[in-house]
Amino acid sequence: MSEKLAVALPGDQVHITTSPATEPFWLAARESRLVAPRCGNCGHFRLPPTPFCPQCQSTEVDWVQLSGRATVYSFAVVHGFPGLPDITLVPVVVDLPDAPGARLVSNVIDVDPAEVYIGMPLEVTFSPIADDWQLPLFRAG
Amino acid sequence: MTGASGQVAIAGVGATPYYRRGESYPQTITELAGQAILAACEDAGISVTQIDGFAYYSGAGAGYGQSMDTAEFMETLGIPEVTFSASLTSGGGGSAGSIGLARAAILAGDATYVVTVMALQQARQRLGTVFAAVPPSPLNSFLQPSGLSGPGHLMSVLARRHMHLYGTRREAFAEIAISQRKNAANRPKALKRTPITLDDYFSARMIAEPLCLLDFCLETDGAVAVITTSLERARDLKQRPVPVVAAAHGGTREWGRAFAWMGMPDEMFASSGHAPVAKKLYERAGVGPADIDVALLYDHFSAMVLMQLEDYGFCAKGEGGPFVESGAIRYEGGSIPLNTHGGQLSEAYIIGMTHVKEGVEQMRGTAINQVKDAELALVTGGPAALPVSGLILGRDS
Repeated sequence: MSEKLAVALPGDQVHITTSPATEPFWLAARESRLVAPRCGNCGHFRLPPTPFCPQCQSTEVDWVQLSGRATVYSFAVVHGFPGLPDITLVPVVVDLPDAPGARLVSNVIDVDPAEVYIGMPLEVTFSPIADDWQLPLFRAG
Repeated sequence: MTGASGQVAIAGVGATPYYRRGESYPQTITELAGQAILAACEDAGISVTQIDGFAYYSGAGAGYGQSMDTAEFMETLGIPEVTFSASLTSGGGGSAGSIGLARAAILAGDATYVVTVMALQQARQRLGTVFAAVPPSPLNSFLQPSGLSGPGHLMSVLARRHMHLYGTRREAFAEIAISQRKNAANRPKALKRTPITLDDYFSARMIAEPLCLLDFCLETDGAVAVITTSLERARDLKQRPVPVVAAAHGGTREWGRAFAWMGMPDEMFASSGHAPVAKKLYERAGVGPADIDVALLYDHFSAMVLMQLEDYGFCAKGEGGPFVESGAIRYEGGSIPLNTHGGQLSEAYIIGMTHVKEGVEQMRGTAINQVKDAELALVTGGPAALPVSGLILGRDS
């Protein structure tokens, strides 16, 4: 339908906040590392990071560095955003093969939206956003 | 109808006119809600001073970003005393369930005439992009940067998964939009009455593929209020009582925050999250989907109506597409007439309350698009973050 490549929102317009539970994810992203919290007691992965493990209620967490590989679980092709009527985004929900059970919501970038499909392999990349943070995004992998 | 399930009834409903987004200004939220409450009292044949309970949903929020307050209503409407004031948590998923909250108050003896009200005004912030406007939180920092700026954008991701798993076609979503528009055509208060065709649907602007403009509900202003009381009292009032046969709200953690989380297991992901509530609702009512005569399903987005038809057992899981494409949901000729009031896609979006109002009118036998001899109406709230809810209304003997 379009040959316009999908982008992410302009980094200076993307703001995040952290809590003690989520901060390690963002501190790693700042170093261009993708990590996920794995329960220190039972090994269950969860995203977003939350205080307790929903399987065993433990608060012990190991932050595991992931390979950055992902697959498209589902996605949308979004036309326009407040203040950016002409932008084309491909928001995506990804499965992370080395963090089974945890999903991340991100964007696929530098791709013709018509070529994105469920099951498509992706590779993480990091892009600067406001306040010196970095956001994990994905490209065809 | 025996036992507690038949002891409470809806005695009155009232609404403001419905407005396009922002056009109810300069009325305030309190004025809109107050008008609806007064209209519901007038309909029931009681004085507003007799109201002694408030049962809200959405945390007593008015739309998104504004709120309602019992004390403020008492101050301006002259309500002398309340003995119950509570709300279901989260958002629009509690609309149908709030009548269950009113019922709980009445059955406990905490209150006599309980009002449920929702008012919505979009003069400051439109709902369609509400998630882009809220300040970041630690949890939504995992969602907001993606540009999924409104509820429909989020649910488009679920719709695509349903299409992928079950072969559901856009033609099915179109049929929901087309049939509901047809139902709105003869309704004076409906904001969209011009019929739409399959061609109109396929040429509509894509907002968040696979969903287009006509899959999205309207962005409107207005208020609707409902008065619930004991069935015994209701029988002495002005209208034919509409018994609350069963109400349920809640859900399972596999749904949880739902499309704000996106971690649902596969079968739950491509669903409305309603299946556990549907099961409880039918058990409490002692009926099944075949007994329902009219379905008033929360229709913020067409695809989520299709998934509710599956979760409430009108068709098997995954068969919602062929089911609606067969004409099953049509008011004329369908096996389960759906959203006979035009719903939020065509009449007005008051966060689920127009469905309760239509359920009451169907069970009184006074609906504009009356389903002949209808004895049971199903009303739902959500899909949304938990709780989602369902309500079965009956006809008084």
